Amino acid sequence: MGNKKETGMTVIVKTITRLTVGLILLYGIYIVLHGHLSPGGGFAGGVIIALSFIHLMLAFGRETVLRKFSQTAASIVESLGALMFLLVALLGFSGGYFFLNFFLQKGKPFDLFSAGIIPLCNIAISLKVGAGLFAIFAALILFRGSGEEE
Amino acid sequence: MPFFVIIPLGAAFLVSLLGKKIKSVGDVLANLGTLSLLILSLYSIKLVNMYKVLVYEVGSWVPPIGICLVLDGLTSFMLVTVNLVSFLIALYSVNYMEKYTDKYRFYTLFMLMLAGMNGIIITGDLFNLFVFLEIASISSYALVAFGTEAEELEASFKYAIMGSVASSFVLLGIAILYAYTSTLNMADIANVLSSKPSPLLFSFLAVLFLSGFGLKAALVPFHAWLPDAHPSAPASISAMLSGVLIKVLGVYALVRIFFNVLGINNFFLSMLMFLGVISMLVGVFLAIGQWDFKRLLAYHSISQIGYVVLGIGLGTPLGILGGLFHLFNHSIFKSLLFLNSGAVEYSLGTRDLQKMGGLREKMPITANTDLVASMSIAGVPPFNGFFSKLIIIFACIEAGRFGYAICAIVGSILTLASFMKVQKYAFFGKLSQKWQQVKEVPVLMCLAMVVLALICLAGGLLITPFFKSFLGSAVDVLLLGTGYSGTIFGALK
Amino acid sequence: MSLYILCLALFCIGLYCVLRKRNIIKIIVGLGIIEYAVNLFFVLVGYREHGRAPILAKDQEILNMVDPIPQALVLTSIVIGLAVTALIVAIAIRIFEKYGTFDITKIRRLRG
Repeated sequence: MGNKKETGMTVIVKTITRLTVGLILLYGIYIVLHGHLSPGGGFAGGVIIALSFIHLMLAFGRETVLRKFSQTAASIVESLGALMFLLVALLGFSGGYFFLNFFLQKGKPFDLFSAGIIPLCNIAISLKVGAGLFAIFAALILFRGSGEEE
Repeated sequence: MPFFVIIPLGAAFLVSLLGKKIKSVGDVLANLGTLSLLILSLYSIKLVNMYKVLVYEVGSWVPPIGICLVLDGLTSFMLVTVNLVSFLIALYSVNYMEKYTDKYRFYTLFMLMLAGMNGIIITGDLFNLFVFLEIASISSYALVAFGTEAEELEASFKYAIMGSVASSFVLLGIAILYAYTSTLNMADIANVLSSKPSPLLFSFLAVLFLSGFGLKAALVPFHAWLPDAHPSAPASISAMLSGVLIKVLGVYALVRIFFNVLGINNFFLSMLMFLGVISMLVGVFLAIGQWDFKRLLAYHSISQIGYVVLGIGLGTPLGILGGLFHLFNHSIFKSLLFLNSGAVEYSLGTRDLQKMGGLREKMPITANTDLVASMSIAGVPPFNGFFSKLIIIFACIEAGRFGYAICAIVGSILTLASFMKVQKYAFFGKLSQKWQQVKEVPVLMCLAMVVLALICLAGGLLITPFFKSFLGSAVDVLLLGTGYSGTIFGALK
Repeated sequence: MSLYILCLALFCIGLYCVLRKRNIIKIIVGLGIIEYAVNLFFVLVGYREHGRAPILAKDQEILNMVDPIPQALVLTSIVIGLAVTALIVAIAIRIFEKYGTFDITKIRRLRG
């Protein structure tokens, strides 16, 4: 008799997941930060960051991941992302108008730290989209148990 | 001016962040937010009187490259309507939502919906209109399903599918318009369209926009979601949906696009009038046989929106004045009626008219405000409903359309009949045994209902020359037609 | 020109799915097809002859680009479609719990 039920998938999937999840997360952060230089930006990068967490959840089972990064934490990160976006937009008022590109001096084009407030907006949006998608998936997968027993 | 969108968005996310720890922050933030919005919108009337039109460029990008926010007569009129009703509903929700768990999530969604509606009203850019339309619609789909009973979920599902298809129609229309004119600013589109007209394109676009926005406004071929969605929602959400959402998303957007962006001609106007009259009659005929309190009110919403569209479709100054005035009045008294039904449901726990009776002794404030609202909607003088319906009927007769005027009068009489039925079954009559223990609803709910009833009484004063500028500037903007773009570009310099 | 007509055909297929299918999941898929068709139409509107992707890179001189405005608008529209789909799927799961079936002809408690 086994003493603890093994949740999630087989050992092969778990091993490969341990190797690749970090890479997926890093790739997502790369897309977010280079949003003003190459295609991507907040939305696409946020989706990829959420995908890395969902990959963890698929491979290891729901409870293991939720112990590390609970649903309340996802909800707080999401609201913080939205508030940060609003704050960055409001700071534009100091330049006289809403959403003005005032902050973080615009460096030369094609540099990583250039183009004013756009990278900050990208980071805020990626936080919100990533946390939001993770919370949606965690909530939807709740019903898996009741469907399986019939 | 962008504060109309900033304040609800900020309040929504702050409530979502803090609401679980501190129990009362949701109520306080929501009420403070809506109160400040109301004060801002009343201030905007004064601004419009001084300046005629205000344009605000977002991020100091000059249109037609950038997005601009526009404040003119019609905008300030709708802003006052929306924020006034939402402030009173926020007051009412403080006590009513005690029955549901997760009260703070309700406030998040409510403020998001309010941000979306305010955004639709003040924007001057076509795609921005679509984005805010979707924000308000998605929040309302989630709010209708808030109680998660079986019936609410079914109604919300139907509403969500139909609303999404309508939004896709609108997006398709916007895509075709962009392909033709290669600009998205509403004033600029009006300029470009007046220089290269094309009647075939206009008809196609008119059909697309009419079906898209008409479904959001519950005009008759597209009204099937309304009798399911409105009764199933919690009472404050029903009041919000029926009182403001179908007007802002449906009628305001339709009117703004038809009158100011595309040019109007007689074909569109007669189509609007025809749909309005059919909505009026179908709504009232289906409403008489209902026994559920809120479903009856939902069918009446369909018919009253028919009145508004008929008034606006006439095209004459008197007709547009009647239509817009009826829009304002309908927000006030329909919200009051839904809040009353919510109060009855809060005390009794049922919505079936055949089970109620004789509530007049136990719940005096609810009964009296319900009497005021019923007389307003039926058009009894001296309440405000009488004045607006009279103006619409006069405008019909003046334009020579006697058939439509007779239909309007018939609709009004049937409305009176069905509300007499509501009054008789719910409030007069004998008090049955099991309702002996009910008491009046808590103070904040009563306060909201009483304030709305007072506005019903005072609404007739809006026609007098003292307040005439409030409605007059709204009418002028619509009559301006495609001259709208001239005023916008003039205000930019 | 034929591309636009194909987009409209895709839209009509999605509309047929929403109107005539009986399973809730098929209706949701039909809604997704409608959204794809409209987004595709919007992106195709911005096509210019022999255009390249509208991205400035460090040492390339690109003279004619396709129109970048529809691409930004379609990005927003895709995210909106995602949110609506997530909401409707959540509602559909709860409906299955309460009613026990996915057939919409049996989910008709509200009538009249």
